[in-house]
Amino acid sequence: MKQQELKKSKEYKYGFTTDIESIKAPKGLNEDVIKFISKIKKEPKWMLEWRLKAFKRLKNIKEPNWQKPKYPKIDYQNLYYYSAPKSSKNKPKSLDEIDPKILETYEKLGIPLKEQEKLSGVAVDAVFDSVSVATTFKDKLTEKGIIFCSISEAIQKHPELVRKYLGSVIPITDHYFATLNSAVFTDGSFVYIPEGVRCPMELSTYFRINSSETGQFERTLIIADKGSYVSYLEGCTAPMRDENQLHAANVELIALDDAEIKYSTVQNWYPGDKNGKGGIYNFVTKRGACRGKNSKISWTQVETGSAITWKYPSCILQGDNSVGEFYSIAITNNYQKADTGTKMIHIGKNTKSRIISKGISAGNADNTYRGLVDISKKALNSRNYTQCDSLLMGNKCGAHTVPYIKNKNYSSIVEHEATTSKINEDQLYYCNQRGLNQEDAISLIVNGFCKEVLQQLPMEFAVEAQKLVGISLEGSVG
Amino acid sequence: MLKIKNLQASINKKLILKGLNLNIKEGELHAIMGPNGSGKSTLANVLSGKSGYEISGELKFQGENLKEISVEERARKGIFLAFQYPLEIPGVNTNNFLKTSLNSVRKAKGEKELDALAFLKLVKEKSSELGIDEKILSRQLNVGFSGGEKKKNEILQMKILNPNFSILDETDSGLDIDALKIIAQGVNTSRDKKKSFLVITHYQRLLDYIKPDFVHVLSEGRIVKTGCSELAQELEKTGYQKLN
Repeated sequence: MKQQELKKSKEYKYGFTTDIESIKAPKGLNEDVIKFISKIKKEPKWMLEWRLKAFKRLKNIKEPNWQKPKYPKIDYQNLYYYSAPKSSKNKPKSLDEIDPKILETYEKLGIPLKEQEKLSGVAVDAVFDSVSVATTFKDKLTEKGIIFCSISEAIQKHPELVRKYLGSVIPITDHYFATLNSAVFTDGSFVYIPEGVRCPMELSTYFRINSSETGQFERTLIIADKGSYVSYLEGCTAPMRDENQLHAANVELIALDDAEIKYSTVQNWYPGDKNGKGGIYNFVTKRGACRGKNSKISWTQVETGSAITWKYPSCILQGDNSVGEFYSIAITNNYQKADTGTKMIHIGKNTKSRIISKGISAGNADNTYRGLVDISKKALNSRNYTQCDSLLMGNKCGAHTVPYIKNKNYSSIVEHEATTSKINEDQLYYCNQRGLNQEDAISLIVNGFCKEVLQQLPMEFAVEAQKLVGISLEGSVG
Repeated sequence: MLKIKNLQASINKKLILKGLNLNIKEGELHAIMGPNGSGKSTLANVLSGKSGYEISGELKFQGENLKEISVEERARKGIFLAFQYPLEIPGVNTNNFLKTSLNSVRKAKGEKELDALAFLKLVKEKSSELGIDEKILSRQLNVGFSGGEKKKNEILQMKILNPNFSILDETDSGLDIDALKIIAQGVNTSRDKKKSFLVITHYQRLLDYIKPDFVHVLSEGRIVKTGCSELAQELEKTGYQKLN
């Protein structure tokens, strides 16, 4: 009986599809498709040229293949690079004009766009396939001079900021997926916090892949001007499909003097079924530059979805005394694979970085932490602390830790701690004896294991993330 | 309350309990004594439902066949085991654990779950009754607890969950006299006409503070002698050797 209950609750609850007419670019990757995307977004000429430059570069480079999770060759000519709900062609000016089906979709996902405006202190940008369909709380933010809109809108309305910063952290030449994204990116969020402003609410983007055979190429750019602060959160889901879908995002963060950016991710893309069929390829480039002195960038990620997660949210610590942090929970179950970690590049003096990574593997899954700590010659008195803990459930899964540490001066200190443990039968027995069932016991133990990372999440999302941690591992023991 | 008839239990094909008989009625406190390796802890594990044992014979709790019931169901029906070696669970707040535990037991009984405030009040009351410093409850479950703190925490959990049938598996081992008194007080203040106890111990010392209705001597997987509390004192003088 217990087994059946497990099966029931194990289903991915965001796996539904919204039946909606969409406008698509023709299948395939070529100049015409890029021009199509640029035109439909009414982009200025410089943007199109930028994209084409990236595309030219793309033709001469190859996909990287050093990662641990291998995947079948992706046929880039057999993908749609642009898909948008038809109703969004004339961009709706207010929530009332949005297709009710889309509003309903977000409501089902627990992100009611309308309610959101009234109730919660969180501003949301909702991205559906290739377009941003709504951004809430705009007026309130505008009062403070904060810009929070889709990147498409920013390209039109704030070209000076976009031109200055886009590609300044992840150059278009960076690597295959970053270059691909630069050529075909469709939408994502843009945030600018003016000097000295503390953003009064959480900013959040909710990404949804709906169409089949569609790649999602998100582009997000966040700039925190001198002395400002912002906390930003993204969430992701997708329908259940047999095919593997590609999500190749680029996220760039820039923190100027004394500014702080806190970026949190709760990634719950469709992980594939229990035999490893379908699921999202989450190949993402996230990088932040602590450009100013005393600036700080903090990444927190809870990665529970996707067939393959392959990403290293990184910090370039240019400014003296700048601080980079990376807090990560990566959960892989069934046949999911993750190769994730961070890069901390210390350039300025007295720079500090802190890495806390919690990897959890169950079923036949494979989980790799890969991280680079690179302290340059000039980064005197720098400091890094890394802690990588892996938790294994069952005996068919794998956990690997691959740290690269380069310390090029004598005054800096690097610390690395790593542990691997198995979930302990006796701990489960102890919890059971106190009346907790197996699932609750696992959830409790795993949440305890992840506590240091969960604590970093904004309050509004911590509870949700805790539940997600439990759900992702359902049925993995017993 | 508890009826055990010809209970045999083996682990990894090794027979540990070899036909054990025991009846515990409502309101009774039984003590089980016996040398190392006689099967005392196995009995506690089998009663609580720990997996890995091969079991035959009759095992009835409040008229129900226990063998069919999972560990958590047994706990919800009111079987409590104070562990000989309480487990450490890093990152899990002790109060939180207790609250989750209490509420899953209450829920199973059809009682209302306690909210944070009502729970804290209950914890305050019970811990001050036992003279336990509340501070340990805001720490991670059993992590960095001293041996005494761990055992006291077990007794506090017993007081809060308020089970019908409590098994104390060598709760007195390694305790100083003050901690021992707290444990004994925890048991004594819980005793009433409805509640039963099975106290497993090596030494007679605990029984100076907890007065059992019956004392059994377990040897090589069987109860070889049963008596009243004087039996414990006798054993203390003569040792287990003489019984064989």
